[in-house]
Amino acid sequence: MSMTFFRRLFVSALALGLFAALPAHAQLDLSYHKPVLEDYFAPAGVAPATPDADGFIRRWSLLEPIAKPEIRTNAIFDDSYLNDEFAKIHFPDQMTIVPKDGQKVKLDKKTRLAWHCYDSKRYNVKLYRFATGLGLHPTEALYLAVTVLNIPEDVTVRLSVGSNSGSKWWIDGEEALLLSGDRRMVVDDCVSRRITLKAGRHVLRGAVINGPGMSDFCVRFLDGAGRPYTNFTVTNQ
Amino acid sequence: MKKIALYLIVFLLTALYAIPAAAQIGNVYIHDPSTIVKCDGKYYTFGTGAGGLISEDGWTWHDGAVRTGGGVAPDVIKIGDRYLVSYSAGYPGTEGKTRGNVTTMWTKTLDPQSPDFGYTEPELVAWAGDDEDCWAIDPAFLLDPTTGRLWCSYGTYFGAIRIVELDPETGKRVAGNQAVDIAIDCEATALMYKDGWYYLLGTHGTCCDGVNSTYNIVCGRSRSVTGPYLDNMGRDMLQGGGKMVLSAGNRATGPGHFGWYVEEEGVEKMSFHYEADYNRSGRSVLAVRSLLWKNGWPVAADPFKEGTYEIESERRGYALELAVDFVRQQGGMRAFRIDPNEPVVSLAEQTLEEVEDRWPAGEIPVRAGDYMFRPHQRWTVTAVPDKGGYLGAPYYKITIAGTERALAVDEDGELMAVPAYTGADNELWRIEQLTDGTFRILTKVACKCGKQRCLLSTGDSTVAMGDFDFSSDNCKWNFRDR
Repeated sequence: MSMTFFRRLFVSALALGLFAALPAHAQLDLSYHKPVLEDYFAPAGVAPATPDADGFIRRWSLLEPIAKPEIRTNAIFDDSYLNDEFAKIHFPDQMTIVPKDGQKVKLDKKTRLAWHCYDSKRYNVKLYRFATGLGLHPTEALYLAVTVLNIPEDVTVRLSVGSNSGSKWWIDGEEALLLSGDRRMVVDDCVSRRITLKAGRHVLRGAVINGPGMSDFCVRFLDGAGRPYTNFTVTNQ
Repeated sequence: MKKIALYLIVFLLTALYAIPAAAQIGNVYIHDPSTIVKCDGKYYTFGTGAGGLISEDGWTWHDGAVRTGGGVAPDVIKIGDRYLVSYSAGYPGTEGKTRGNVTTMWTKTLDPQSPDFGYTEPELVAWAGDDEDCWAIDPAFLLDPTTGRLWCSYGTYFGAIRIVELDPETGKRVAGNQAVDIAIDCEATALMYKDGWYYLLGTHGTCCDGVNSTYNIVCGRSRSVTGPYLDNMGRDMLQGGGKMVLSAGNRATGPGHFGWYVEEEGVEKMSFHYEADYNRSGRSVLAVRSLLWKNGWPVAADPFKEGTYEIESERRGYALELAVDFVRQQGGMRAFRIDPNEPVVSLAEQTLEEVEDRWPAGEIPVRAGDYMFRPHQRWTVTAVPDKGGYLGAPYYKITIAGTERALAVDEDGELMAVPAYTGADNELWRIEQLTDGTFRILTKVACKCGKQRCLLSTGDSTVAMGDFDFSSDNCKWNFRDR
């Protein structure tokens, strides 16, 4: 989300000199753990996953970030911009692929990106940490995510998403939800219309875009009473 | 020449329109204001960068406050007879450079002219390293009234909001204390304790984008100072939860950096900045509102709107009125059996002209009575911003609508209406919305005891001046437009 871009510039201009001048405090432990990929993700398990107790889907195939260096600020994320951006096709089977771990896609002559199948250790999928954990540039980027839902019964639910920043979500190729504007990730921020899922396999696909700053998302289904719907399994195929 | 005159008229009209009655006046330009603190009778707030603002009355502000260290988003708390000041600094916060720190320092007074003024060496009390899921800026204090323990929250959008414990004697971090994550997706936090709940205020939305800033103030609450802080939907602030306290409105966008000021029981204020005030070139300005509590949640009061109202007592529901003859009107009840075919007509309300010449020319006593929307019960409340003010608002004159007959107190501090408003202090009123949504109405003139007395229902129909007591409905009033 972009507020940080403006603020960070401001803060850095004010504070750089001061920070350098501050003496280290003798009693305060200045050591810290630098985040690594394993803090946030584990390789996707072989057995089908289930949503967590709150219904959040944690198994996802994530494509390495598609660079969007032109996004200098999230202020540009209005509905039209996001609809246009999410409609862009970067590789031929972008809207149908159910990738395998390590599968690569070719964006252009120079750029090949890999899919990674992970189980998120948190309810929210930290895209920023996915990228930094792989040594990739985490911001000014489009992230694509895919997961497979195995529904045991016909069910009517709503798709609930929070994302940082804007995002769009499709179920079996049908658009289900757009999160427009410069968004923070908030649980149940945006919820789809009622969707009836027939018993069987369904593909949930998302695209999250962000300029400067942290990026993540959380996804779950809610039943008719607004409670998390958890009676399904999640796989990457 | 005509063109110049036209420009002059436009300029004057613009200038008059530019500063609404609800806005602070003077030099109010600040970003990330610290909690307002009173020191030796003056109000102080510090902002990002050096310095801060001072006000003698809480209404008119000027620069002159001094804070060393620079950095961003300071906070201040009075502990004992000293002031603990915190501020933060950090690297840019761009990718992989989120290092930040929070420091504290003491001063005996905030008055830079005082020989006691001077800050101690800053102490580093919290820290976040490069690429940590925290950016340690925007500190805020809470001195827990139940335990005497001192807490400091800090952080911004990049990762978590954290809380640490400080030693209230030294201002240093308590040895061995570990930071606890308490929220995400916000910044500029503040902490409050009230009625068994700890409240975490955060600023959500987009900062620093002028009139397009979507900054807004949200809140969660917890039985423990270290959380979990849940919103009204039971959603944890670690999941992005937060109940709205204040968003944009009243020609200003981006409220952020909440600060809590308790005047006395039942009288609470919140300070904050607007990212952009439409009436002041879209600049970032200090703002103050009354803070209300609704079902255990803090809510920013709307600015008091000038207008013509019934002033209704909370005691009985009777209306403040001039003690003059009730002049009967014609119409309505004539018999119990009405011809249904008789045409329906709209009756005219009683006008001032119909009754005013029956009123005494001089001072008139004031009382309360059944509200009948008659001219002697309709009061026009008008801000008088050049007559000073109090924290967050100017004084007001209260006149019978369409007249200059003004509510006032006499030399003995007794209530009455004078025949014409003169601008004297005894004709000026301090109107503050209380935490329960009602209002108190205080005279500007302090009594011999030094207090500003309030409009008080001594009987259902009798109104006088007396000491404010939040626990009594005798001291509370409602401004109703009906």
